[in-house]
Amino acid sequence: MKLKNGSTINLFYIPALILMLVFVAYPLGQAIYIAFTDWNGYSQHLNFVGFSNFFNMLKDGNLHTALLNTLIYGFGSAFFQNLFGLLLAVFLNSKFRGHSVVRTFVYLPVMIAGLIMGYIIYYFVQYDGGVFNEILGWLGQAPLDFMADRWRAVGIITFINVWQYTGISMVIYMAGLQSISTSYYEAATLDGANHWRCFWNITIPLIVPAMSTAVVMNLIGGLKLFDVIQSLTSGGPGFATHSLSTYISNQYFQAQNAGYSSAIGIITFVLIVVVAGVFNSFFSKHEIEA
Amino acid sequence: MNTIDHRFAKNWWKYLLSILIVVVYCLPLYVLVTMALKKMTDTSSRLQLPTSLYWGNFTELFAEGSIGRALLNTAIITIATVAIEVILGCMAAYPLARHRSRFNSLINAIMMGVMMIPPLSILVGVYSTLISMHATSTYWGMIIVSAAFGLPMPIYFFTKFIRTIPRSLDEASQIDGCNTLQTFFYIILPQLKPAIATIVILNGVGMWNEYGYSLYILQKPEMYTLTLTISQYFSSGANNLNGAAAAACVATLPMILMFLFLQKYFIKGTADSAVKG
Repeated sequence: MKLKNGSTINLFYIPALILMLVFVAYPLGQAIYIAFTDWNGYSQHLNFVGFSNFFNMLKDGNLHTALLNTLIYGFGSAFFQNLFGLLLAVFLNSKFRGHSVVRTFVYLPVMIAGLIMGYIIYYFVQYDGGVFNEILGWLGQAPLDFMADRWRAVGIITFINVWQYTGISMVIYMAGLQSISTSYYEAATLDGANHWRCFWNITIPLIVPAMSTAVVMNLIGGLKLFDVIQSLTSGGPGFATHSLSTYISNQYFQAQNAGYSSAIGIITFVLIVVVAGVFNSFFSKHEIEA
Repeated sequence: MNTIDHRFAKNWWKYLLSILIVVVYCLPLYVLVTMALKKMTDTSSRLQLPTSLYWGNFTELFAEGSIGRALLNTAIITIATVAIEVILGCMAAYPLARHRSRFNSLINAIMMGVMMIPPLSILVGVYSTLISMHATSTYWGMIIVSAAFGLPMPIYFFTKFIRTIPRSLDEASQIDGCNTLQTFFYIILPQLKPAIATIVILNGVGMWNEYGYSLYILQKPEMYTLTLTISQYFSSGANNLNGAAAAACVATLPMILMFLFLQKYFIKGTADSAVKG
């Protein structure tokens, strides 16, 4: 039966649509337009410069660093958040007394702003009086300047992000595990399968839908990483720990290179859409009906 | 008694591992709280509990005043943004769930496209748009931009949810003489309560902790939100790390308390929002 007022119902999405057109679609158009200009961010004048902002990206070493870091933040976060999230979910799913206390604590950091998390970790990595150097001292080691080395700094930032948001993938996997009917495991055990075989041949295939959501969410989150970098290193030392997001804001507000900044933004957008699209279609090929 | 001992003996490694995980997850918060309760001149180890609780960091913080204003600004922006997201989100989801047409699937695709745009990637466009509207350093500029970027998720989530409500309910209400608006308010909206609760808590936390757009949109100090104020405490000379820790505690505490009281809604909401419909 067709609903009465079948098309007046459509009026309901007009407000949302207008809001998004004015504050997302129009700025997106602006951003694309500015990407082809030499606008500095405040002047009344701007010149159309064609693709030169995009060509400049090819020879900007700092941008290449930011791009590589962004990929590390994105893929590193997604890999470890899902690995730890799945392990924690399997562990907590084994139902021992107090398992929900562990779940509470693992999820807790999700409540804390990424920015504040960066500052808290500063208490750990600070050279003088930092917790890590104190622990190194107990072990009789010389203190380290943790954030001075590029790769160590990038690794620490990735792990803060992993540590903070593993709770989300854990909860997604716990829900996924609970949706798997125990009859599969019973049947497999009757056929003589051990725990390991059950895990690889039942749990993993049936958890692909949960995995697909968790992986894509974490990838997007990691590729967008901004606040924790801003608070912990501001992209430094030099430009060594910038992500594309922090580099975009650096180019706009510090370097006053709005046209160039906007061009990087467009490329970042395309990068995230492509990565998310590739992973989505990869997972949807491997999903099976439970 | 014997069986309990036996169970514990069998599961001892689970408890050991649990304790290890909890310690790893508590340590940063522990250090933050002990820092906040120590004097600036106290150079004892950060892992050590304070010998006596020192509340001076907190009294100084509130005496200075910017944290109170930041709490107010953050509360206003968070509540208004989430309210807009919920109201416009429910409204938009209703036709998208109930009236499937080619045009509506196009609308749906556009909304999903918006979900993929990382807000900072079009920072330049948003910022220049706001300047031309004189909306920088205003509540409404911040609220409306956040709501616009935050809307696709609630719309997607509510659409999925409304599709699980039997269509016969809509039909029954229309036979009883309700128009579309009445059907939406009296039939659909009450059913959406759990979905609304999920969006309120998840997007609420997201807005409370937002740092990115607020950094650029809210440039006047009197408009600063909590994250912006905290970054002031940490960056201005950064010599009073204990005072800064107290500020970070004040900013974080409301969300931690909310989580502890509404924990099951957070867990359920996170799981629900990830399951594909």
